[in-house]
Amino acid sequence: MNQMSTFRRIAPLTAGMLLIPALAMAGDPMPQLDFGNPLLKSQVVWGALIFIVLYLLASKIALPKVGSVLEERAAHIARDLNGAKEAKTRADVGMTEAMEATAKARAEAQTAINAAMTSAKEKAAAQAEIDNARLEKRLQDAETQIAQARAGAMSALRQVASETAASVVTRLTGTGPDAQKLDAAIGAALSARGVG
Amino acid sequence: MSAEGSSSIDALGQFKLTTALGPIGASVNFTQANLMMIVASVLTLGLLWLGMRPRAMVPGRFQAAAELAYETIMKMCVDGIGHEGKKFFPIVFTLFFFILFGNLLGVFPYFFTFNSHIAITLSLSLFVFVLVTVVALREHGLHFFSYFLPKGIPGVLAPLMVAIELISYLSRIISLSVRLFANMMAGHVMLEVFASFIVMLGGIGLLGYFPAGLSLVVNTGLIGFELLVASLQAYVFAVLTCIYLHDAVHLH
Repeated sequence: MNQMSTFRRIAPLTAGMLLIPALAMAGDPMPQLDFGNPLLKSQVVWGALIFIVLYLLASKIALPKVGSVLEERAAHIARDLNGAKEAKTRADVGMTEAMEATAKARAEAQTAINAAMTSAKEKAAAQAEIDNARLEKRLQDAETQIAQARAGAMSALRQVASETAASVVTRLTGTGPDAQKLDAAIGAALSARGVG
Repeated sequence: MSAEGSSSIDALGQFKLTTALGPIGASVNFTQANLMMIVASVLTLGLLWLGMRPRAMVPGRFQAAAELAYETIMKMCVDGIGHEGKKFFPIVFTLFFFILFGNLLGVFPYFFTFNSHIAITLSLSLFVFVLVTVVALREHGLHFFSYFLPKGIPGVLAPLMVAIELISYLSRIISLSVRLFANMMAGHVMLEVFASFIVMLGGIGLLGYFPAGLSLVVNTGLIGFELLVASLQAYVFAVLTCIYLHDAVHLH
């Protein structure tokens, strides 16, 4: 708009300035204003005709030709861009899928490892328990046997002691001891030693 | 060029209309200006036609030129008018290249510059004026006349504003046509004057050689200047057409 007003201001000034030498130099009028010349009008009529033909040829044939080529190119570029975009999208999807698969596989492996470790631990613990129980049982058995053996030995001790004491007394005195007294004496002796 | 040999400079003779194309042209008053218009039209169409013949995906030089022409004017329309600009693209394109090639052809010696005739430029600007007014009336109906009374103007000033706006609207016809006509004519008068100086001063002998040479230098510079003016004026005409169309479509 600024440009326009500048032109507007300059134009009449230029026109005026430039017409001065033209008018000063020629006594006869400007051919452009020689209205008696029929060519002045005819050139406008012919000019209008030529301009209309030029406009029709340009607007109907020549310009659409250019426009179609430009459109084709724009469409081609848009198509290629779209293709590239789609390919990128596909690649991105593939990449994401691959990453997801990797993560999944890793997680699965981790789970499997954990499960294997847990089960191994459980198995080991169970085995240990069984072993413990068996050992415990054997220990108890052994203790029982020892206790039995000891009890057997203790009961045999009393018999041996009374028989030995009876035979000693018989040898010494020639007569058998009173069984009741002997038994009491052995019982006292055994309990004094903590055995009876 | 009729000044040769005579003592007075006939700077305006170059604008005299003659008939072209021999007796056939003479019988229908076909002028050399019209011949130049046909050449300009053929060049315009040839640029598009031959340039776009390869229809290449990657354009060659000629095709790139045609595409550049198309896209430059399209951009001018869309930037200047707005989204509706595409509708007016063919007419702006035709105007621009008709004027551009007409101006550029005029720089060739012995060629005729049809834009140096006020009758032609006035016809072009009248055409633009009518086009703009018709577009405005079709887009906005009678509401278009509100264009002449900007909003927020106190009642007392309204008649004055309407008068000013109306004059400014109508003066587009004059400014658009006189700008192009005066620029083209002035350039060609200057070229003619300095060309006559070369001949006249060169003719008077030793003393004249230096100023004659100087005139040649000036004329060489003027040719370059003319090329600039030729392109610039075509551009200005097209841009102003776009701006007027913008006003017509959007009412300020």
